Amino acid sequence: MKRFINASEDSVLETLAGFAACHADLVAVRLASKVATRREALTAGKVGLVSGGGFGHEPTHFGFIGVGALDAACVGTVFSSPSVAQILEAIQSADAGAGVLLIVKNYAGDVMNFKVAAQETAVPLEVVLVSDDCSITPQPGAQGRRGMGATVLIHKLAGAMAQSGASLTEVARVARKVSACSRSYGVALESCVTPNTGKRIFDVASDEIEVGVGIHGERGVRREKFAPAKDLVALMLEPILMELNLQPGASVLVLVNGLGATPLAELYLVFNEVKIILEARGVGIARSLVGSFLTSLDMAGTSITVLSMDEELLRLWDAPVCTPVLRWGM
Amino acid sequence: MHARITMGNVTMQTLEASHLRRWMMLCAAAMTQQHEYLTQLDAAIGDADHGTNMMRGFSSIESRLEGLPATARPSEVLLMAGTALMGSVGGASGPLWGVALRRAGKVLEGLEQVSLEAFAGALKLGLEAVTELGAAELGEKTMVDALEPAVRALLEAAARGDDLAEAFAAAHQAAEAGARNTAPMVARKGRASYLGDRAIGHQDPGAVSTVFIFAAFERAWLEA
Repeated sequence: MKRFINASEDSVLETLAGFAACHADLVAVRLASKVATRREALTAGKVGLVSGGGFGHEPTHFGFIGVGALDAACVGTVFSSPSVAQILEAIQSADAGAGVLLIVKNYAGDVMNFKVAAQETAVPLEVVLVSDDCSITPQPGAQGRRGMGATVLIHKLAGAMAQSGASLTEVARVARKVSACSRSYGVALESCVTPNTGKRIFDVASDEIEVGVGIHGERGVRREKFAPAKDLVALMLEPILMELNLQPGASVLVLVNGLGATPLAELYLVFNEVKIILEARGVGIARSLVGSFLTSLDMAGTSITVLSMDEELLRLWDAPVCTPVLRWGM
Repeated sequence: MHARITMGNVTMQTLEASHLRRWMMLCAAAMTQQHEYLTQLDAAIGDADHGTNMMRGFSSIESRLEGLPATARPSEVLLMAGTALMGSVGGASGPLWGVALRRAGKVLEGLEQVSLEAFAGALKLGLEAVTELGAAELGEKTMVDALEPAVRALLEAAARGDDLAEAFAAAHQAAEAGARNTAPMVARKGRASYLGDRAIGHQDPGAVSTVFIFAAFERAWLEA
């Protein structure tokens, strides 16, 4: 497979070095530990926000570090959670005396590493477990739903809440509200190539798609026949709308997220289909975001996230933010 | 020559720190040798990184063994190994084997020589740490399906008064059978749980690497 890479074992650090050089004005990257923080000093008394996960989701996680968003983040190796030691370093770096909110996507490795780190730190913590993927039917005692696009929204919305000077309890409340009021669904047209194997994780026939995929190049919950975009969007949106139980007059934020290899052109086309379906149901799109924010290396596909909005979330969304990825109002 | 403790007129074989050091080195060698196979298993029902994660973790332990004083006790070897895994692996296997080795190391603190009974008991607590952290039970297609039978085999061997070679052979076989049994299972924990019935027919990579860890212990004892 042809890719812009040198030696596969260097690819993670070389990517992070490039990110560090490009965004040095906003983010300070410690390459030795793969922990990054805001360039500016901590604001005493502000709640810290820490996120983290595997590598391969760029621009998540480091791209959301900055004013009105994260204070620190850490990344592991390709598709693997950061280690306990990295998470502890990130918590320490984000602690300005008011406690730290940990934003954890519900994947086994992430949950365990963050859990052990939380037991080992003296910093007061709240943890929000993001599990917005509604392609998975929850079963008692099972792993449960994956964290997907809601992670991006929590970085922004809880980040704005923390920036306003709110307490750890209040920041955690907003994060949990976003997690509870949003649902995501992903579809892949092609799997991705991991740098360590140089091969696609799996193959999809030219007339098939994987439905209900996460963000680690893994297979979906089932395989279906390929179909026109409007049918694929309906397939993703139906379960989301059913679970959010949106009534006519409802107001939502829509995130159309690229999984890595799908061009912006297609993502806007997907957004257009989302708009047509929502309009037909009398649901208003109050805010929207289209682009590749939480990726699965070069997986071709998209995930749609819908967040049910209220006054508080609208205000927090519009609040100033200055990160490598999101930048408005300042 | 294997170490022995004499109690009354019964001579007991015991494990020393040197066995545990050798165990870790053989684990590192096994993971390096098998990393492509483990990654291939993981590609089928996960995200194709289990082999590289285990190799990185045990290589990190191996490189830290040299820094451990020659007088280090069995507990110190296990505590260092657990901490090294937590510091280097990430993923699910890092913290799971990390807490297992650390919990086992803690209960052996102070001992220079470890009886089979004490070692089996320590690994049982390690297994409990794994099930607590991973919230996994038997039959959920995880490493627990290999680790639990292996620990049970060690405990039974200790109760029977088996010698260590027999005990570790039994533990290795039990882990192997346990890992094989994961193939027909539907996963309820970890990344394979998203696949539902599609995970059937594939062995759990974490259970297979657990077999390598017990195989390494059998060799560590035989080669001592």
